[in-house]
Amino acid sequence: MDSSRTLLPKSLTGIQGLDEITGGGLPTGRPTLVCGGAGCGKTLLAMEFLVRGATQFNEPGVFMAFEETAEELIQNVASLGFDLETLIAQNQLALDFVYIERSEIEETGEFDLEGLFIRLGYAIDSIGAKRVVLDTVESLFAGLPNPLILRAELRRLFRWLKSKGITAIITGERGDGLLTRQGLEEYVSDCVIVLDHRVSNLVSTRRLRVVKYRGSTHGANEYPFLIDEDGISILPITSVGLQHVASTERVSSGIPRLDAMLSDAGYYRGSSILVSGTAGTGKSSLAGHFADAACRRGERVLYFAFEESASQIIRNLRSVGIDLEPWTQQELLQFQATRPTFTGLEMHLTIMHKLINRFQPRIVIVDPLNSFISADNETEVKAMLMRLVDFLKTRQMTGFFTSLTSGGGPLDHTDTAISSLIDTWLLLLAIEAGGERNRALSILKSRGMTHSNQTREFLMTTHGVELCDVYVGPSGVLTGSARLAQEAKERAAALTRQQEIERQQHELERKRTLVDAQITALRNEFAAQEAEILALIESQQQRETTLTQERVAMAHSRKADDATRAGGRP
Amino acid sequence: MTTPAPPTEPEMWTLRLYVAGQTPKSIAAFANLKVICEEHLAGRYRIEVIDLLENPQLARSDQILAIPTLVRKLPEPVRKIIGDLSNTERVLVGLDLQPCA
Repeated sequence: MDSSRTLLPKSLTGIQGLDEITGGGLPTGRPTLVCGGAGCGKTLLAMEFLVRGATQFNEPGVFMAFEETAEELIQNVASLGFDLETLIAQNQLALDFVYIERSEIEETGEFDLEGLFIRLGYAIDSIGAKRVVLDTVESLFAGLPNPLILRAELRRLFRWLKSKGITAIITGERGDGLLTRQGLEEYVSDCVIVLDHRVSNLVSTRRLRVVKYRGSTHGANEYPFLIDEDGISILPITSVGLQHVASTERVSSGIPRLDAMLSDAGYYRGSSILVSGTAGTGKSSLAGHFADAACRRGERVLYFAFEESASQIIRNLRSVGIDLEPWTQQELLQFQATRPTFTGLEMHLTIMHKLINRFQPRIVIVDPLNSFISADNETEVKAMLMRLVDFLKTRQMTGFFTSLTSGGGPLDHTDTAISSLIDTWLLLLAIEAGGERNRALSILKSRGMTHSNQTREFLMTTHGVELCDVYVGPSGVLTGSARLAQEAKERAAALTRQQEIERQQHELERKRTLVDAQITALRNEFAAQEAEILALIESQQQRETTLTQERVAMAHSRKADDATRAGGRP
Repeated sequence: MTTPAPPTEPEMWTLRLYVAGQTPKSIAAFANLKVICEEHLAGRYRIEVIDLLENPQLARSDQILAIPTLVRKLPEPVRKIIGDLSNTERVLVGLDLQPCA
């Protein structure tokens, strides 16, 4: 019979992530020990195992409580959305509160726990249970005398559960140096899960680890988990590979000049973009532009803010002409604003994963990325960011991160930790010169595209961010007023040159007019002389004529023969 | 009972012994109980033996874990004694019979 069975049969728990870590759930028909300190979620995990079993896998379950009454349990898990009363009414679940009060019990000789067996057996048979939870069985040791008998009986109980083919969760309180106070791990040796509730830097994180899983491989890491209104969610986030597909689709940055710098198209879809810069260089404004552009395309954007509240971001971006409010109303844009100190790093990541999975955005903005970094956790932050970036890439989501670099140090220093994960890295600089600070933007790298290598001046106007060319001249790179002054100077010089040309043209014109005038005068003078000479000539001719006539008249009067007529008269 | 009870212990005792089948421990417990009652409560006790194998639902409603369990239902308050009742001393303490005997 055993030869045909290659793999250990497993029962799905239905708890988010736990089935992935354990490779399919808890061992079917065997008891699993869940142990941990107070308040780390043992009871909730066990209860969710039963509720999911009943609702999703049609496996009814019995919850035997040694610490809380049935009423208390029903109330406590109602906050997780579990309606135990309905399940009980549908015979999907049985709750049995075992009341033990040491002071009311006197031991008078040998005994066994057959009563417990009968109780449990009856509960199992009455609803056909496949799953059983004993929470916390160690209470027996506090309530009943004679640990030797109890140990023997517990051993018998676990064997008995196995023989009935019941998949069971036994919870145990963490003891000194042992997983459980009474060493239950000796009896329940098939699968042991340890829950932990640790506080580091005033921040508490719940973690889960599968210590042992006989006959099966399992994720051995510590996984943070979250208890919220959906129950428990564990995210096995360390197991992300590098198999994501790279998209060639481009998405606009929301700033035309910036798109132009990024080979005229913008960022790649599914890439990771980092904007780093010192305080007040406009990182969030770039994020706002990107979010606005995405929402205009009808894409969903999830904005994780770790320094400002959602309404503060909306107000501030409105001052540069970006109105995100309509997008939040249309549920295209969702803000998630929390303080970095709100929970631990892992928990932040877990919450992010959960929200991303629920909202399914195309673009995820984290502003700023490095507010998590405190003095001693840089490596953890690095690991966390790597997982976040990988997670986004496998889902083809574009990640837009801002990073606040501290002043003084080299600008690209603090981000070297994650630079290998980043595809497009924009650097925002504050250039301080001439008594003012000006912003400049340059592209430090952009994988897979030709991009401008020039620095642009970055202006925040009431109608959005604008990029303009910086002045590069003999006196170096100028921005702000210096650039304006330089531009004014150049304009003045151009004006002067223009005026000079005009002046010379005028001069030429004037000369031409002068020459023309002279020509006219000369011509007039000549005309006058000509007229005078002509008149003189005429008067002389006149006189000549008169003389001739006078001579003829004289001759006539003297009756001189006409030399001309003498020949005619004989 | 209509006969007037002695002034010290006027009540009728109701004792309930929970067993699970005819196990040696159960048989021993019943025998031990019988002896103790005859000695200290002659004529004013009643023993009910409940076999949980026949009435398993009673294990839950009466909060029984250990077998055998002896429950003093009357007089109040309810007391529970577990084990085969072989330690007479402790049975008497458990039943609160010692000082008056």
